[in-house]
Amino acid sequence: MKLVRKSGVQLAALVITLLLLPFITDALLGRGWVRIADFAMLYIMLALGLNIVVGYAGLLDLGYIAFFAVGAYCYALTGSPHLALAFPMAFPDGVHLSFWIVLPLAALTAGSFGMLLGAPTLRLRGDYLAIVTLGFGEIIRIFLNNLNAPINLTNGPQGISRIDPVRVADVSLSATQNIFGIAFPSVHLYFYLFLAFTALVVIVSRRLERSRIGRAWMAIREDEIAASAMGLNTRNLKLLAFAMGAMFGGASGALFAGFQGFVSPESFSLMESIMVLCMVVLGGMGNIAGVILGGVLLAILPEVLRHSVVPLQQALFGKTVVDPESLRMLLFGTALIVMMLYRPAGLLPSRVRRRELGSDEAPESL
Amino acid sequence: MSRGTVSPVGARRAVPLLEVRSLQVAYGGIQAVKGIDLHIAPGELVALIGSNGAGKTTTLKTLAGLLPLSSGQIHYDGKSLHNIEAHQRVSMGIALVPEGRGVFARLTVHENLQMGAYSRNDQHEIASDLARMYELFPRLAERRGQLAGTLSGGEQQMVAMARALMSRPRLLMLDEPSMGLAPLMVQKIFETIRDIAAQGMSILLVEQNARLALQAAQRGYVMESGSITLSGAAGELLGSDAVQRAYLGS
Repeated sequence: MKLVRKSGVQLAALVITLLLLPFITDALLGRGWVRIADFAMLYIMLALGLNIVVGYAGLLDLGYIAFFAVGAYCYALTGSPHLALAFPMAFPDGVHLSFWIVLPLAALTAGSFGMLLGAPTLRLRGDYLAIVTLGFGEIIRIFLNNLNAPINLTNGPQGISRIDPVRVADVSLSATQNIFGIAFPSVHLYFYLFLAFTALVVIVSRRLERSRIGRAWMAIREDEIAASAMGLNTRNLKLLAFAMGAMFGGASGALFAGFQGFVSPESFSLMESIMVLCMVVLGGMGNIAGVILGGVLLAILPEVLRHSVVPLQQALFGKTVVDPESLRMLLFGTALIVMMLYRPAGLLPSRVRRRELGSDEAPESL
Repeated sequence: MSRGTVSPVGARRAVPLLEVRSLQVAYGGIQAVKGIDLHIAPGELVALIGSNGAGKTTTLKTLAGLLPLSSGQIHYDGKSLHNIEAHQRVSMGIALVPEGRGVFARLTVHENLQMGAYSRNDQHEIASDLARMYELFPRLAERRGQLAGTLSGGEQQMVAMARALMSRPRLLMLDEPSMGLAPLMVQKIFETIRDIAAQGMSILLVEQNARLALQAAQRGYVMESGSITLSGAAGELLGSDAVQRAYLGS
């Protein structure tokens, strides 16, 4: 009982902190950092989605960003004037579906793409699977880059702009809104939207982790032969993992498109897939809190560098010697090597890894 | 087809639990199993012995549905297993304890056992079966919250066996249960196999340790490079010159 009350208080404190975060950030660091926090939230959702595939089911996916792209383009096409270019007769003003209709469709479309990727790769594991998923990610990006002819579906490298903002109860999130006399700038509004979705993704992830399906995924990760000898339908379970992970990716993609108002293939490069994978690995594969921490760290680090490296070099050498972008990769690489050497299970290892050290007796229930 | 049947195995029972006819399996481009026949009567403990690479593991994996067969028939409980997938065979009552045990290293002992009951959904029965497994393997009861990967080899073998039993099999297939275990632990595992057999379970036991396997079994098959070369009552196989020379080193 006491424990419940304590965790209840902690939860309330966490919620209040998160609700105040955009205002605190805005006051201390400036509005640009609220935007960075919004992006961090998108990355967390992506990383949690990838965690299902990599962390639970143990399927190394290097093309995960493709599902993010699919979701983003779903909303970009159905929530912008763009389709007027391709089909002027059918859609003279483009298509402007409500975000809330497109969101589940984007998730489902990305989920089907997940199955599409999963089906031919069922027999592959480890590095072979990684190579095929990497190729898949690139194929999607290249398609987006080139589907501007013969029919201009994606507008190619220029991307699609003027995407409708997300509206909640007919209130656009792209403009400052006054609620109870408090002005909520757009980035704040999106922060709360993303926060709600992140919370949802965390809850779904937790439920999955403790479910029969979650445990079956982990069994497949541990030993696929033994898992199928135990009566697990490994084929369907792996497809389900791909589809579930992809659905999370697709939903975040739609959110991203609404938030940015613009998408282009450039946002979905291999580097982004690797970033998301790094978040999962760095934080602690299979552990939700770890993955969130990884997402926050890796989303913020480049911004910290961008804001500190140039002024620091200016002060020290009077000119910019190293570009922050290349420094970012150097630091990522170093961080990963150090992690693999000293904390191979991640910053916050999963519950199982903690138990490996014998400190946590799990409450068992059927 | 057998080069020397030591003794006629008595009249075949009307419905063997498992009946394999001219089974051929190609694995990685090689014909690993070259047309074998074998059967297991209900309640029988049958040993399949032979040296490394004889095709024993391939045979078991094929029976479990983990490898496709190239020709031949497998009948279980009077029904053909043609086109029946591995996970469906488990719910039909065929359980495999894979070679090298295959425990789920980063799941706890308890979770491993729960996974064994994946094909079932009778929650109450599962709970009482779990309790029975902890009775059968008291060592596992002590370590139920521990990660299976941190257990000793013998304990992992216990996990693998208990996990297979959790599916309530009618046919239990064990692949090299003695592999890599200390002699004392081997004794213990074989005692348990005898106990399980005594309760009426049908068991197909694959072993390199021919003496132990034949001592426990009622009947045995000797496999050599993909074919069954000898079969008969376990006691007589143990006494036969061919087996003595080839597998018992005397």
